[in-house]
Parts: sequence; C-alpha cells; structure tokens
Amino acid sequence: MKTLLLNLLLTIAWMALTGQFLLSNFIVGFAVAYLILWLAQVEADPSGYFARVPKMIALLTFFLWELIKANLKVAYDVLSPKWHMRPGVVAIPLELTSDLEITLLANLITLTPGTLSLDVSTDRKVLYVHSMYIDDVNEFQRQIKDGFERRIREVFQ
Amino acid sequence: MQEAVSAILLIIGSAFMFIAGLGIVRMPDLFMRMSCATKASTLGVGFILLALAVHFGQFGVSSRATATIIFVVVTAPVAAHMIGRSAYIVQVPLWKNSIIDHLCDRYDRCKLELGSYAHERTDDPGGD
Repeated sequence: MKTLLLNLLLTIAWMALTGQFLLSNFIVGFAVAYLILWLAQVEADPSGYFARVPKMIALLTFFLWELIKANLKVAYDVLSPKWHMRPGVVAIPLELTSDLEITLLANLITLTPGTLSLDVSTDRKVLYVHSMYIDDVNEFQRQIKDGFERRIREVFQ
Repeated sequence: MQEAVSAILLIIGSAFMFIAGLGIVRMPDLFMRMSCATKASTLGVGFILLALAVHFGQFGVSSRATATIIFVVVTAPVAAHMIGRSAYIVQVPLWKNSIIDHLCDRYDRCKLELGSYAHERTDDPGGD
C-alpha cells in the first residue's frame, strides 16, 4: 500500500515535470516509477507489491477480453431471430473470504454481459449467478473459478 | 485522424446502446433484460465518453470523461445486482426454457437468509 502510494506520487511528479496530464503520459510515468521503485528496493519485495502489479494488469486485461467476447455473444443473440440461450441460476462455491474480494468478484461477474450475480449466501460460501449461456453446469462453475476467482485471489493473496 | 477515431468510437458506442435497447424489448425474462441493459449500456457510455475525450483532447474534458466512466462502471453492477436480487425475492418467474435454478429453495423468505446448500438449512435453521 505504501509502495503504491509512492508509485502514484512519483507518477504525479513525472506528469508535472513533463507537463502533459494525459492518460498515455500517466501510463508511461507509472511504468517509469514502477521501474525506479523496483531498482531502489532494499530487500526483495517485502509487501509483495511488485508481484501484485502484473497480476492486477492481468486481471484487467482478462476482464476486458471477457467483456468484449461476452458482449458480442449477447449482441448476436439479440439481433438473430432464433435464440440460442440456455439461461439458469447457478451456485458457485467461493474460496474468497474477505468482503472486498467477494464484492469485486460479484461486480466483475455482473459487468460481464450475459451473467448477473444475484446473491451471496449468508455464510458467504456460495455466490448465486444468473447466466444466459450454461452449456454445462460444472463447466460454467469451473470457468468462473478458474477465470475471475483465481485471478482475484492472486491479486489479494 | 483524431476525427476518424472519435467517429468510430461514437459509432461503436451507439451500436452497443442500440443493441441494449433492442435487448430490453426482445429478451424473454427480467434477468436477461437486466443482463442486456446494464452491460451493453455501460460499454456504450464508455465508448461515447472515450470519443468525447479523443475529440476534444483536453485535460479537463478527458479527466471528466475518465471519472464518469469509472463511476458508471462502479455503480451500474450494484444497481443491476440489487434489482436482480429483489426481483428474485418477489418471485419474478424465470424464462420457461431456463435449464437450472440452484437458488430455488434456498431462501428463507421471512428472514431473507440464504443457505449455501439446500439441505444445510434444515439442519441448522439459524444460519451461522
């Protein structure tokens, strides 16, 4: 957390010195600051920050890819006269424990078109998801667990 | 160049909005309508705001566009989730061709407690 703050401060310094407050310059500045902090660390990665940033980027790109894929699938179904949907509500057993992680998982699932998280069980062991495309229940559970859940766990572990 | 990029982004955004609107009319039940409406419109708003940022190319405009995209992405799924959950609780029917419903008998409708497995609730009525 402290390293992230340092990274952001260095990025702001970079943006102020180059005088371009643009998203592209933010990304360049963040990369430079990340590299500098990585070079300047005294002991090897005590907070796990440097391992975590690539995992966050991996989660983000995976999410964007899923978003585009699912959007095209739903768009095809909305536009074609014949429906190919096999909707249903599926229970997904959770391995994530903290509120933040479960909220993130539920929100990412809801943001992906075709899936909608309905509720979490009171003991927080199961997430109930409504999905438009369930070819096979076990396969669908495995997809969520292996895709979003594993990547979120890697970021927060 | 800038003009062309923002035009393409605008067209993609509008297409998503159109599909979202059509989805609301065409989908057979509430849950699938929610799926179409929130997501496609999130992406639609995102693309249109991106087009705006590209078109003006100023810090003030693009920072506001970015902030709006972030707020929409953070708040839209919460609203969708709450609407979906309350619809399920008041027993809005699923589409007749739905293949599976794991949630079916797991709600305690008075206390609104939700068990993780259907049989566990009868063993331990209070939840945790």
